[in-house]
Amino acid sequence: MNMIVCCKQVIDPEAPPASFRVDTSANKVIPPQGVPPVISPFDENALEAALRIKDAQGGTITVISLGNNLLRDVVKKPLSMGADELVLLEDEAYGEGDSWSIAYALALAIKKIGEYDIIFCGRQAADWDSGQIGAGIAEILGLPAVTLAKKIDVADGTAKVERVTSDGYDVVEVSLPALVTVSNELGEARYPTIKGIMAAKKKEPIVWKPEDIGADSAQLGASGRRTKLLKLFQPVREGECEMIEGESPEEAAEKLAMKLRESKVL
Amino acid sequence: MAENKGIMIIGEVSEGNLSSITTELLGCGRKLADELGQELSTVLIGSGLIDSAQESIAYGADKVYTVDDPLLADYLADSYVAVAEKVAKEVKPGIILLGQTSSGSDIAPRLAYRLETAATLDCINLEIDPDSKRLLQTKPVYGGNAQAVFVMETDPQIVTVRAKSMTPLEKDDSRKGEVVAIEAGIDPSAIKTKVLEKVKEEVEGVKLEDATVVVTGGRGIGGDEGFKQLEELSKLLKGALGATRPACDNGWMPEKSQVGLTGKIVTPDLYIAVGVSGASQHMAGCSGAKTIVAINKDPEANIFKMAHYGIVGDWKKVFPAFRDKIKALVS
Repeated sequence: MNMIVCCKQVIDPEAPPASFRVDTSANKVIPPQGVPPVISPFDENALEAALRIKDAQGGTITVISLGNNLLRDVVKKPLSMGADELVLLEDEAYGEGDSWSIAYALALAIKKIGEYDIIFCGRQAADWDSGQIGAGIAEILGLPAVTLAKKIDVADGTAKVERVTSDGYDVVEVSLPALVTVSNELGEARYPTIKGIMAAKKKEPIVWKPEDIGADSAQLGASGRRTKLLKLFQPVREGECEMIEGESPEEAAEKLAMKLRESKVL
Repeated sequence: MAENKGIMIIGEVSEGNLSSITTELLGCGRKLADELGQELSTVLIGSGLIDSAQESIAYGADKVYTVDDPLLADYLADSYVAVAEKVAKEVKPGIILLGQTSSGSDIAPRLAYRLETAATLDCINLEIDPDSKRLLQTKPVYGGNAQAVFVMETDPQIVTVRAKSMTPLEKDDSRKGEVVAIEAGIDPSAIKTKVLEKVKEEVEGVKLEDATVVVTGGRGIGGDEGFKQLEELSKLLKGALGATRPACDNGWMPEKSQVGLTGKIVTPDLYIAVGVSGASQHMAGCSGAKTIVAINKDPEANIFKMAHYGIVGDWKKVFPAFRDKIKALVS
C-alpha cells in the first residue's frame, strides 16, 4: 500500500486569540511571536489515517509539504510519527497561491512520485479554511474522491470510507487509487516516538523546485490564482460583556439568573 | 464570460421538503438577482421532486430545473457533480450558490474545476460590487479569527454559504415560476464510488441546530459527569446540550454534539457556555446566538470578549446555584 499525505505548515490555530494580528495594508496575518508554526491539525488527522493503515497492513507513506520558509522541525514531524519519506515543494514561486495553484503543484508532485494507492489530505487547512485542495488534486489527476472521512478500511483494491454527514455518516466504497480528505472525527493523531524523532533527525527531505515537477510558472503560486483576495480583516464585536459579581459564587449565579429573567432572555 | 447570466442555486431536498439552507439561499439569491436584474433559478437533483420544485418558486425562484431520476435518490458525489456540470453548461449562470453542507462543500470545488472557474467555500456574506458587478465573497478564515473578501474573474462564480447566515423570504404560494425537467444522462463509467449504507446517529431530544437554548460545556468541565449537570439545565429549558472540540476529543461527549467551525453551527436565542475558553474555531459555531452567557474561572478567557453576560468563577460552585435559580424562576 503506497500512501501520500499532504501536510501544510500553518500558524498555530491554538495560539491565544489575543495574539492574532492582521496587517490590513498587506492583507496578511502577522505570525504571532514566540508561537512556532505547526502542521495543520486536519492534515495530522490525515496522516493518522495513513498510519493506521500502515500499522494494520504495512505500506509506505510519503508526505508532501508545500510552502516557503518551511521549518525543518515542523515539517519533519510526520516523519517522527511514522511517515517514510518527506518531499518539500519549497520555492518562492509556490507562495501566495490559492487552492487552484496549490492543488496544481501538489498534483504535479504526486504524478512525479508516480506510484500511489491512496492520497490523503485534511478536510481544510487551519489558516485559509478553503477546503478545496483535495477535490482539486482529484480532479487534476482524474481520481475518484471521498471527502470528510472519519474511518477508512482498505481491502482488495477498494476502500470503505465512513463519510461524515449532518445526521450521521455514509459508508462509501471507492475503487483505488483514490483521494480521501479526512475530518477531525477520525480522532487525534498519535504523538511522535523518541525513536521516530531520532530517525527523523537523520532523514533529509527531498526538495523539488518548480522545474523538478515540470510546472508551468503561469499556473503556480500568485500567478496561478483564480480567486483574488480583496480584503483581510478582523471582525469587531460591538458591546461589552456585563460581568456579574457577588459576595459568593452562588450569589453571582443567582444574580445572573435574575438578570436573564429581567431582560426576558429566559 | 459575457454570455453567463443569472443566479443558480443547487438546492437540497430532505424527506420531500426543501432543506432550510436552500430556502436561505433563495432569500439571498433573490436579492442578488434583483440587484443584477437577472433570473434566479434552482436546480433540484434527486427523485420525486415535484413538490419541492413548487416550494422553490414559493420561496423566490423564477425557474426550477429538476433532474429527477431514481438513480439520484441518494447523494453521491460522482453522479451529482456530473449532473450539476451538465445543467450549468446548458444554463450558463453567472453565479452558482450551494449550501456549506456535507454535499455542497463536496460538489462546489469539483464543479468549479470542471467548469474551469473557481469556488469559495463557507461564505457568510455576499454582495455585488457596484462597479464591476462581480460577486464579493466574504468568508471566515484562520478558524474565525479573521474574515476575507474574495472575488473571481471567471464565470460561473461558485460559492457555498454557511447555514443560518442568510434569511429566507416569507413563503408565498401565489408566486409563479417555470419548472423545466432535464435528463440526468449519467454515464455509468463516471461512477467510481458507491454508498453501501447510510447511518443516522441523531442525538436524543432537540437538535442543536434548531434549539432556542443551547448549554455547552468545554475543557473546563473535566469529564462526562459534569455534562450530566449541564444536561439538567438544557432539559429544563427545552434546549440542546453542546460541547467544544476538546470535550469531544476527550470522549466526554459524542462528536455529533460538537459546536464549532467543523461541528454544528448554532443560532439559539440563549447560549450558555460553561468552562469554555472561547477558541475562535468554537466561536465560529455559536457567534450567531442572540445572547451569550459565559461562566469561566479565567477572567482573561476569550469567551468574555464575545459574551453578553459573564461570571468569573469555578463552574462547580457557580453552575448549581445558577441552575437552581433558573429552575425556581421558570417553574
